[in-house]
Amino acid sequence: MAAFGSLALYIALALAAYNLLAGIIALRMIATGQQARISPERLADSARRAGIAGFVAVTAAAFALVWSVFKNDFSIAYIVQHSNKALPGAYKFAALWSGQEGSLLLWAWLLGTYGFVLRLTHKQDVKLYAYAGTILASVQFFFLLVLTFAARPFSLQTGGIPDDGNGLNPLLQYPEMVIHPPMLYLGYVGFSVPFAFALGALMMRYPGEKWIKITRVWTMVTWLFLTCGIFLGMHWAYAVLGWGGYWGWDPVENASFMPWLTGTAFLHSVMMQEKKGMMKSWNVWLIFTTFLLTLLGTLLTRAGLVSSVHAFAQSSIGDWFVTFMVITLAVCIFTYIVQHSHLKSEHALESLVSRESSFLFNNLVLLTACFVILWGTLFPILSEYVEGSKVTVGAPFYNRVAIPIGLFLLFLTGVGPLLPWRATSFRSIKRNFILPVVALWSTVIVCLAVGVRPWKDGSLDQGNFYALVAFALCAAVFTAIISEFLRGAAVIAKQTGRNLFAATYLLTRRNTRRYGGYIIHIGVVIIVIGLAGAAFNRSEEKEMALHDKLAIGPYILESVGATQDSNANYNTEFALLNVTENGKQATEWTHDGWRIFQQPLQMSPEKRVYLSSGQPQTMVAIHSVISWDLYVVYEGTNPDTGQPIIKAFLNPLVSWIWAGLVIIVFGTGIALVPSLTPATASLRVPVAHAVPAEPALRSGD
Amino acid sequence: MTSPVRFTFFKRPLQAVAIAALVCVSLGATDAGSRFNDLGHRMMCTCGCAQLLGECNHVGCPNSEGERNELSAAITDGKTDPEILADFSAKYGATVLAAPTTKGFDLVAWIAPFAFLAAGLLLAILLVLRWSEKKAQAVVVAASPETDAIREKIRRETGSDGGF
Repeated sequence: MAAFGSLALYIALALAAYNLLAGIIALRMIATGQQARISPERLADSARRAGIAGFVAVTAAAFALVWSVFKNDFSIAYIVQHSNKALPGAYKFAALWSGQEGSLLLWAWLLGTYGFVLRLTHKQDVKLYAYAGTILASVQFFFLLVLTFAARPFSLQTGGIPDDGNGLNPLLQYPEMVIHPPMLYLGYVGFSVPFAFALGALMMRYPGEKWIKITRVWTMVTWLFLTCGIFLGMHWAYAVLGWGGYWGWDPVENASFMPWLTGTAFLHSVMMQEKKGMMKSWNVWLIFTTFLLTLLGTLLTRAGLVSSVHAFAQSSIGDWFVTFMVITLAVCIFTYIVQHSHLKSEHALESLVSRESSFLFNNLVLLTACFVILWGTLFPILSEYVEGSKVTVGAPFYNRVAIPIGLFLLFLTGVGPLLPWRATSFRSIKRNFILPVVALWSTVIVCLAVGVRPWKDGSLDQGNFYALVAFALCAAVFTAIISEFLRGAAVIAKQTGRNLFAATYLLTRRNTRRYGGYIIHIGVVIIVIGLAGAAFNRSEEKEMALHDKLAIGPYILESVGATQDSNANYNTEFALLNVTENGKQATEWTHDGWRIFQQPLQMSPEKRVYLSSGQPQTMVAIHSVISWDLYVVYEGTNPDTGQPIIKAFLNPLVSWIWAGLVIIVFGTGIALVPSLTPATASLRVPVAHAVPAEPALRSGD
Repeated sequence: MTSPVRFTFFKRPLQAVAIAALVCVSLGATDAGSRFNDLGHRMMCTCGCAQLLGECNHVGCPNSEGERNELSAAITDGKTDPEILADFSAKYGATVLAAPTTKGFDLVAWIAPFAFLAAGLLLAILLVLRWSEKKAQAVVVAASPETDAIREKIRRETGSDGGF
């Protein structure tokens, strides 16, 4: 199977090279009107077909690696390093992306898949797709080069074939790890597509904004994958690392967040280009930057430039990525310089207080957030270069710098939709802002009344202060969004006689992008509330003998046993804790097949030691309700007494974060559904009643 | 009639912002427990786990417990926060501090983000003002839906030239 996999990769590399070269030649011939024995159209089509065949070849290589993992083929070094016989099936599948070579192969396969879909749908605009396909081929060529010469997944094991492998890193043996990396990669790789379209459209001086409409779905789906990937990573960190938090400003977390920020900025500012023909250069550079940041993320993960909890994926392919990034940047700059006259704005901003300005400032703040994270991530390297010694840039830095910026962004999230296009009057500001301002100050008063104090012992309590500001802004933004829905729905209800619910549904269908976007903003508000809850986290630690009790918040945890177990993959020791809440037995919902019922809550945090690697790993027990998470960690045993040490956290509002993600997914789904257009609306009306002259239903924002 | 309304509309939020800014000026926790918690979140565990000292509790960490004991002892000995941070930094290296200091080149780490934001804001405001002026001057050739449609048609029919 190793030979088959290697051969598939060589074939894929050759096909990508042909796709790239034939594509360049064909497009050059089309642009210059040059004649040759073979027509440029036929040459371009052969390049496209090579891209499709390349996808098949990369799929074969990926299949070969997965097959080898499942067959325990320890003649392949990668399988020895990342799998073992006792590894459960789902985690064997995860072995594909648990190491350097496998994850690069996953990248190449996903890129091949995106390219496959793109090349199959080329008839939408043959020339633009030919440009985009050729640019994608160049990215694919790079990854296949790395896979063929620098990070070979099918290298054979030297010094004899072992009976068993080293196993998967224990940190990765968790359900989220089966879906978090592919989601993140779908996001990373997906941004190659809008990048290819943007660069291609600029190269060919593509007329109009159609390329943006074509890539809108790609960009939104990609953004959604990246969002889900980031949140799944947060949940993994929360449930596996056992420190009670979900975001540690680790360089690799930062690396995934940066393209998300620029991608989000692009999704907003691109509306300015579609609607007003403005910010064309800005948008092109946003998508260029997003793509480069996805490469930087991979570089940071792989090259070991900065210390990280993701050190399991480090290797020495940094030079390859740096070279590719430099070449990509050079191509982008050159193309922009040559073609920038094509990107002149058709309109100009008319007022500092307008929807256009809010988009501009929203972009500025998102870019600043991205800069802060990039700066914080790279400052240790810079400091080492300048001062000769490394420094750490950790959570305290980001909390002081990034949180205020994030709150400002939340403020703009609320303000932007309330401002009309072009210009606004004081009267309209007053009318639109009165309710959100009332909500803001009401929340401040309620928070102060229930004991959220932004000061302690006469000095500022930074966490509580930011939480108070966040709660107040969330209330204001939420009110602003809901009032936007209600205002529009009330008009429709009046016009059509429908009830408010039906009118809201129709309103959303008429402009799915706008109202889907608002739902996404509601999701963001819910997430921020969840994040702000971290200011009120509490924890208790105790060595617990049988029947010892640990009190935290309304809960009392009583030790009812500590035991050990083992299976073929790991040995485990865990504590059994009975939980009471406000003096009564706590319960949890569970199910037996389709039957859902409540049972007494018993938590069993554990510590595993994996047999193949000998590495220990915590498995946290979490009881999650809407108001907080009871989060219990088995920290080990006291060597003197042999008793387990238990650490319990009470983390308020954490479930809101995951609920917010669900709302974001729902909102993005709504935004992806085509709006009711005058054309589709007329299909629902009998011909005799159709009035197509004036579009009554508008789409887009 | 509108002027007093405008004043009262902004007065309260401005007062609140001013109070919030004044509150921001004060700093620092006082009792030993708060200081332990505060300092524990200003230093890193040195085992390489990339976690804050106050939060590091991963199984088998060889360093965090000892370092927390050192921190506790230093507070009991009556050392000030800067002294404790300096002692840890001298013993474990500058990487033990979870954030750059505000001295020397480290200060750049703190200034750059706000300089970036300030420069961006200034640039954006200048850009908007410049565009607004241009718009006022170009009012005689203002676009209409008809001219936009014609322009779009011209671009559609001629725009593909000049590509490469």
